[in-house]
Amino acid sequence: MSQELLMYLSVAILLLPLIGFVKVIFFGKRLPRQGDWLETLAISVALLLSLLVLYQKLTLYHAETLSLNFTWIDFHDVPGIGPLKIILGFSIDNLAAIMLVVVTLISTLVHFFSIGYMQGDVRYSRYFAFLGIFSFSMLMIVLANNLFLLYVGWELVGLSSYLLIGHWYEKKSASDAGMKAFITNRIGDVGFFVGIMILFGTFHTFGLTEIFEQVKAGNLPFGSEWWLTAAGVLIFCGAIGKSAQFPLHVWLPDAMEGPTPVSALIHAATMVAAGVYLVARTFPLMTADALMVITYIGATTAFISATIAVAQNDIKKVLAYSTISQLGYMVMGLGVGAYSAGFFHLVTHAMFKAGLFLGSGSVIHAMHHALHHQHDHHTDPQDIRNMGGLKAKMPVTFWTFLIFTLAISGVPLTSGFLSKDSILAGTLAFGNLTGHILIPIVGFFVAGLTAFYMFRIVILTFLGEHKSPERFSLIHESPKVMTVPLMILAALSFFFFYSMNPLDGAEGWISQATQRPETVVPASVAAASTEVFEEAHHHAHYTAMFLSLAVAGLGILIAFATYHWKKISADKVAENFSGLHKFLLNKWYFDELYGVIAIGASLRLTEILKWFDNTIIDGIVNGSGWITKVTSAISGWFDNWVIDGAVNAVAYISGFFGIALKKTQTGKVQTYVALAVFGVMVFYFAMRLL
Amino acid sequence: METFFAEFIRWLPKVGLSHFLIVSAILFALGIYGISTRRNAIMVLMGVELVLNAANINFVAFSRYGGVNFDGQVAAIFVIILAAAEAAVALAIVLNIYQRFQTVNVDEISTMKE
Repeated sequence: MSQELLMYLSVAILLLPLIGFVKVIFFGKRLPRQGDWLETLAISVALLLSLLVLYQKLTLYHAETLSLNFTWIDFHDVPGIGPLKIILGFSIDNLAAIMLVVVTLISTLVHFFSIGYMQGDVRYSRYFAFLGIFSFSMLMIVLANNLFLLYVGWELVGLSSYLLIGHWYEKKSASDAGMKAFITNRIGDVGFFVGIMILFGTFHTFGLTEIFEQVKAGNLPFGSEWWLTAAGVLIFCGAIGKSAQFPLHVWLPDAMEGPTPVSALIHAATMVAAGVYLVARTFPLMTADALMVITYIGATTAFISATIAVAQNDIKKVLAYSTISQLGYMVMGLGVGAYSAGFFHLVTHAMFKAGLFLGSGSVIHAMHHALHHQHDHHTDPQDIRNMGGLKAKMPVTFWTFLIFTLAISGVPLTSGFLSKDSILAGTLAFGNLTGHILIPIVGFFVAGLTAFYMFRIVILTFLGEHKSPERFSLIHESPKVMTVPLMILAALSFFFFYSMNPLDGAEGWISQATQRPETVVPASVAAASTEVFEEAHHHAHYTAMFLSLAVAGLGILIAFATYHWKKISADKVAENFSGLHKFLLNKWYFDELYGVIAIGASLRLTEILKWFDNTIIDGIVNGSGWITKVTSAISGWFDNWVIDGAVNAVAYISGFFGIALKKTQTGKVQTYVALAVFGVMVFYFAMRLL
Repeated sequence: METFFAEFIRWLPKVGLSHFLIVSAILFALGIYGISTRRNAIMVLMGVELVLNAANINFVAFSRYGGVNFDGQVAAIFVIILAAAEAAVALAIVLNIYQRFQTVNVDEISTMKE
């Protein structure tokens, strides 16, 4: 298959969901089944094409980057810059090809799952249309070979995320969550935008390849390495917002107000991974300092959210914090230089986390129906304390959920083990190379915590006794359209899809296909070179493996001891450390902190602005109003007396003469004739006499 | 009788332009007099006809004694046609006036005044 054809296929993949969106948003209500089949068909075809593109890319053009460019705007000669052309385009490298499959695969499964989950929803067709616009914009991020299109897709996924979080906008919490997600993302996006502008301002191009070439040739933004670091960190700001990294992670847990399949697709597998993808895309541009910032942000995020996840009781909230934590892992992985490990974790995490969310969706669906049957509208169907023992009623959901949990905990033979292990080895190597020993410690600690809280929800949800026998009898397994996607994702959570060696992910095809690109920054500010890092990474591999096995095993053991065998009383621990428990339960008080700092400050600012508006602006407006009033009074007087006087005088004089001359107008034709004759005679004699 | 005709034919060349102009002036004066003194609208119209015919005589007379072509005669025919049309329109107006005011006395028809 030729390169051009491959590129055209990729563009077709991009456009298919968009066509579905346009059709369904305008005509959805009139289509049979409200058009869900149309969207699902579009994304399924996109999945098949993506698989084809990936296969062709890996077999025929393994090391090449295919691209398709077009000139968007030709400014010709711009004063001070010279000829300026904005060239946009799409490209496919191994990274993009794998992401294409990940996005379309998860999206397809979520579409099918949604057919079951969203059945009978008030805005069923609109939901599917929004899934379509999301898929389109996410694929745009994946395919873009320039920062401009990437930013367009970036904002569009933000928009579709907002629309889907607020899908049930009648609920105040849902519409609030949508706005919170949108605004929080915007803060990060401002940084991203400024980063893009720094690069564009210097290089006059949005193309990533061109920018890399320029930097490699020694052209730095504004001629300084400091600005290069700044550009890197600012671009990473976009990732902080979208990938819910500390300190902008607060929106993601609230985003769980959206329908659960949406949480699986957007807020677990794909959109939040876009930040990681962005860092991977711009990786060659990152200086050592920028990477250090990225590493620490990732580690902080992983740590904070893992601790919060331990104390949450809402099944989706736990999963949300676990997502943030895993995203922190990926970012940390990229930051320490374990490029392929970070991306590998993105792929495996997309599979098992989408599975976890869909599994929790299946549970919530069942709980919701049971509660609905009982006319119980007070019990929260998402609270794990109301569940328990569901294993017997929902075997498929349980077993798949267990597989996903094993994968996220990093148990051998799963995909998560491979990728997580690789990242942890990366952090160890980083610790060895740079002496930042805190990073691997956080990495392993979080790995243990992850195993603990994930098994906590498995035990509380599926094992033990159900709290209410009456409700328990009403719970049923979800329909096939929901369980089959779970089974597919469960199969994809095993190691053999990614690597033939169950102990080493680095030998797998994904890691081989996504080798770390050479950095383009000057050597003085570059991180440890690929060779040095790979050496250390390889060296740390077995240490990391044993350590991670140990902490994961410990986490699982403690979870069972606490929640299954009841050897340790969770309540007592919570009581003994009540301060810490409250701290974690309240999510480190981030929302309250932002409430005081951000919202309080803006309220204060608005107070000041209000005063300014009331006193200064209104003063100016009222003053000018008063001046206008006075001037108009003067000009009114002038008008009344001088202008009107002159006009009236003219009219009066005319009237006077009119009355005087009226007398000559008798109205009798004969008078006029006589006068005319008389007049002619007068003229005649006057002429004679003169 | 024969001698009268002979005398008349001998006299004819002596009739010049001024004779015609005198007749024309008399007709014109009679017309103006009629227009300005008659109360009846019909009579006024007849005065107008007299004035027009006075002009016709002038046209023909000047053409016969002064011109080299028949412009004057043509103009006279034109005026006759015009007079016919004028009479038709004016009589229609007079009829309408009669229907409106029940009189054709021009003195009483002065509503245009003020």
